[in-house]
Amino acid sequence: MRNEFALTESTFYILLSLLRPQHGYGIMQSTLEMSSGRVRLAPGTLYGALSALCEKGWIVQLPVPDGSRKKEYGLTEQGVKVLCSEIERLRELLKNADEMMEELKND
Amino acid sequence: MTERKTIYKWFFVWDFDKEEQWLNEMALAGWVLDSVGWCRYTFCACEPGEYTVRLEMHGYDPQYVDFMSDSGAEYVGRVLQWLYFRKKAADGPFDIFSDIDSRVAHLGRVGTLLTVLSMTNLLIGVMNAVCGNRIGIVNLLLASMLTYGLGRIHEKAQALKRDRQLFE
Repeated sequence: MRNEFALTESTFYILLSLLRPQHGYGIMQSTLEMSSGRVRLAPGTLYGALSALCEKGWIVQLPVPDGSRKKEYGLTEQGVKVLCSEIERLRELLKNADEMMEELKND
Repeated sequence: MTERKTIYKWFFVWDFDKEEQWLNEMALAGWVLDSVGWCRYTFCACEPGEYTVRLEMHGYDPQYVDFMSDSGAEYVGRVLQWLYFRKKAADGPFDIFSDIDSRVAHLGRVGTLLTVLSMTNLLIGVMNAVCGNRIGIVNLLLASMLTYGLGRIHEKAQALKRDRQLFE
């Protein structure tokens, strides 16, 4: 499967974080950690993105345990596919960039 | 008891960034927003620069307020569709939006509100003019002012969209 469009950095990190089910704040934390403090998802942006991703069917809200009001999210099968095909696309970008730089060095 | 003071001040809806800037200048001067009302801002004393204040047009949405609280922001209050939040600077930088798309979407919400208000006033103004009521001039003036505001919002959104062609 190929994605029609490239994912934004926010979308990519949200999907990547959700390989392990988490609530909103967890997504912000793991994105910050993975990017060594570079990508700081803001709550308004994340809230909008989560509802858009639910609508797309790439993620789902998991059933909430009693007494907890924090909603957890997880990837759907389709979400995993989208993520994998984005990773392929990114690999291609990097591969081409590396080859180009290598060629220039050898010239 | 913490010292408090209330300031009455008016901002046009399309100048919400100036409003936010003013609230943060107040926080830098040691006064953090503690409650809001129609043109009314009540502050309480804080350490200078202890807080960052943000505002957003979102509409009343308890789930969203919970979500913001979970992320470490404190809900200050609401005026119509506008929500006010603050967060201690020591807990890290505080922004509501972190990409161009969500900023453009926010401006879109403000733009929709201005369009509806402007159209309503235009309609009332024209109807009054047709019926010969002089009061209609007030609505027509309001409509033109709101249209000006819409233009300002549109400009801001266009500037962001130009960036969007190159960045996220």
